[in-house]
Amino acid sequence: MERDDLIEYSLHAHHSEEKGKEIRKKIWFVTGLLTAITVVEVLLGAFIKQSSGMWPVVKWSFIIMTLFKAGYIVMTFMHLGDEKKTFKYVILVPYILFMLYLIFIALWEALAVGEAWATYGA
Amino acid sequence: MAGHSAQLDAKTLWGGKESPFQTSYGKLMMWFFLVSDALTFGGLLVAYGFSRHNTQEAWPIGEETFNSLPFLGHGYPLVYVALMTFILIVSSVTMVLAVEAGHRMDRKGVTKWMIATIIGGFFFLGSQAWEWSHFIHGSEFGKVELADGSQAIVKGHFGEIENFTVVEAGKHHKKGEVITEDLMHTFQHAAEKGHLHDGLIKLHDGSVAKINKAKDEHMELIVKKAGSKHELNAKLEGAEAEKAYYEAIYSGVANKVIYGANLKQNEYGPQQYGQFFFFITGFHGFHVFSGVMINILILFGVLAGTYHKRGHYEMVEKTGLYWHFVDLVWVFVFTFFYLV
Repeated sequence: MERDDLIEYSLHAHHSEEKGKEIRKKIWFVTGLLTAITVVEVLLGAFIKQSSGMWPVVKWSFIIMTLFKAGYIVMTFMHLGDEKKTFKYVILVPYILFMLYLIFIALWEALAVGEAWATYGA
Repeated sequence: MAGHSAQLDAKTLWGGKESPFQTSYGKLMMWFFLVSDALTFGGLLVAYGFSRHNTQEAWPIGEETFNSLPFLGHGYPLVYVALMTFILIVSSVTMVLAVEAGHRMDRKGVTKWMIATIIGGFFFLGSQAWEWSHFIHGSEFGKVELADGSQAIVKGHFGEIENFTVVEAGKHHKKGEVITEDLMHTFQHAAEKGHLHDGLIKLHDGSVAKINKAKDEHMELIVKKAGSKHELNAKLEGAEAEKAYYEAIYSGVANKVIYGANLKQNEYGPQQYGQFFFFITGFHGFHVFSGVMINILILFGVLAGTYHKRGHYEMVEKTGLYWHFVDLVWVFVFTFFYLV
């Protein structure tokens, strides 16, 4: 049954040839960026050993680069950046807050558990 | 979406006719599903972090564990997984190009890019199959328990086994017979069972054979679990390494060496490492597989002209969201399993 009382948003998502060209340009730019970041990560991983003094810096730069990649995938490829602002925050904010909490609580607890095992035996 | 606001008056807005966030129902639900799936993967990766932070043993290092390429052997740290990552990124790009073509009602474009995406997905699945197979079979040296109780992984080039020459006859093999088949497999199996002793191998039929083997090169032992003599991360090289390794291998005692990985033990590190590897990469691989199947179904829809008749390609956009999500998860798996 055809319903005419609902607004069909999908029909209004079309864009022109020129706009398409612009979007494709952005897509290829992000592709290049994601590839470049991955290459840098692999080179760092191959040449800087975990035993080196530089490692903590490298480790954190891996995590930051990963978050960068994730941001570009979500905002450009999944075009969450083009959605309504409220929608964007409804998706991102609760998830990020919960994950930060979970990471904090689990890793903190893990260190305590590890210490307990080291002290009292497994 | 623009140009639409003009039609909205108080009556439409308050009559329940406008969707939340001015997005279609399907897209909204896809996003909610992805958030819940992201919580699952987030939980798994945090659990992995939990195990890693409370362990007493050395956690495996990505570039030591994953340094092989098909046909080329060892010595290429992380190149293979980087290639897998690249394949998945590219297939994500082809997907977003399909979505873009859909917004221009370009059916040919959508078809082309969907096919490319599906091919990329199959490539990734194939790569993961190789990766798993390699992980399960393990290295030629395996992980070895040394005389002092410490455990070490072994790097270097394993000298090829030329043959086994039977010195003591059994049920099947006669004395003086030279065995040239299935050598590596027989050798590793015997090593695990403790059927190797002083350069001799005891075969299934009870016969004993001499192992003729080329010399190993550049052998290096890296201690991953401290014993009474060797500390954690200590390195043994050259003659010292060979002596320690073959003392263990030829001790005739079972379970001195572990090859590859299963759910009970693995040569790379703590037991949980292997379990998390199988579960998380397996769960992700299952998502990729589902994604490829969904993409194929949508491709059929595109070819049949279903979406063209409907006037929009939103189905392509929604599967696209799922496919990008799979890529997004891999970016995190790549970092936390292979890099840090």
